[in-house]
Amino acid sequence: MSSLILVVSAILVIFMIVGAVVTIHARDLLVAIIASAIVDLVLAVLFYILQAPDVAITQASIMGGLTTAIFLVVIKKTERYEQ
Amino acid sequence: MLTAIGWFLIYFGAFFLFLGALGIMRFPDVYNRLQAGTKCTTLGALSTSIGVGFLHPAWLPKTFIIALFILLTNPISSHALGRASYRSGVKLWEKSVVDKCKEFKECVEEENE
Amino acid sequence: MSWIIAIAIIVLGVVLTLIRAMLGPTAADRMVAVDSMTTITTALLVLLALYFKRYIYLDIALVYAVLAFVATLAVARYMEGGL
Repeated sequence: MSSLILVVSAILVIFMIVGAVVTIHARDLLVAIIASAIVDLVLAVLFYILQAPDVAITQASIMGGLTTAIFLVVIKKTERYEQ
Repeated sequence: MLTAIGWFLIYFGAFFLFLGALGIMRFPDVYNRLQAGTKCTTLGALSTSIGVGFLHPAWLPKTFIIALFILLTNPISSHALGRASYRSGVKLWEKSVVDKCKEFKECVEEENE
Repeated sequence: MSWIIAIAIIVLGVVLTLIRAMLGPTAADRMVAVDSMTTITTALLVLLALYFKRYIYLDIALVYAVLAFVATLAVARYMEGGL
């Protein structure tokens, strides 16, 4: 594995941590859903770089698409802003 | 020859992807960011995919399918995002000159409903 | 050797869009940044398939483009008031 790929992986991991912190601290729940979608999509790229293509496909389809839609239905049924 | 065309397309696409990301970072408004982030990245991703297909001619059908899918779905998502952000009440930038959506009757009536 | 510069330029673009997605003022800004981040990442995955020299890795780029499109459309429908 080249050193450029390692640098790319380190940058992506740093942005995953920042996205998780934004997800925890957001008062607007739509922002929290978007930040968790960012974490999932970046994690799919990371699985791809670590040469696990089937896990990357599952991660991108289940977590990136389906979980975001289910969370949106949930905050549509309840309420958007945290008290 | 085919390799030279492929590398030229890849660098052209990478440059336009970087310009789109710079526009996302620097522009002041949602709508300006939407325009910069959609046109530049569509052209860049299209050109990069076709360039990789030129480098390996056996890969050309699948990269062509990827480029066709990006070309079809990216304007749809940007149009949906622009309409949604206008209807959810995002303000324009204060130096914006024209607001065509307010001049038509349909848009205002839909807002009043 | 010449793929290093192309991958570095595209990763710089991903970093810029992720910074805007982390500190955007409203939810619409973040969603615009995520939308163009997924397009840039699709191009990055195609280039990494060229680097790893695997034909099967192109499938992940296709699935990634499809599912990110679904997530963007779901968030847009929610912000419009539909869903």
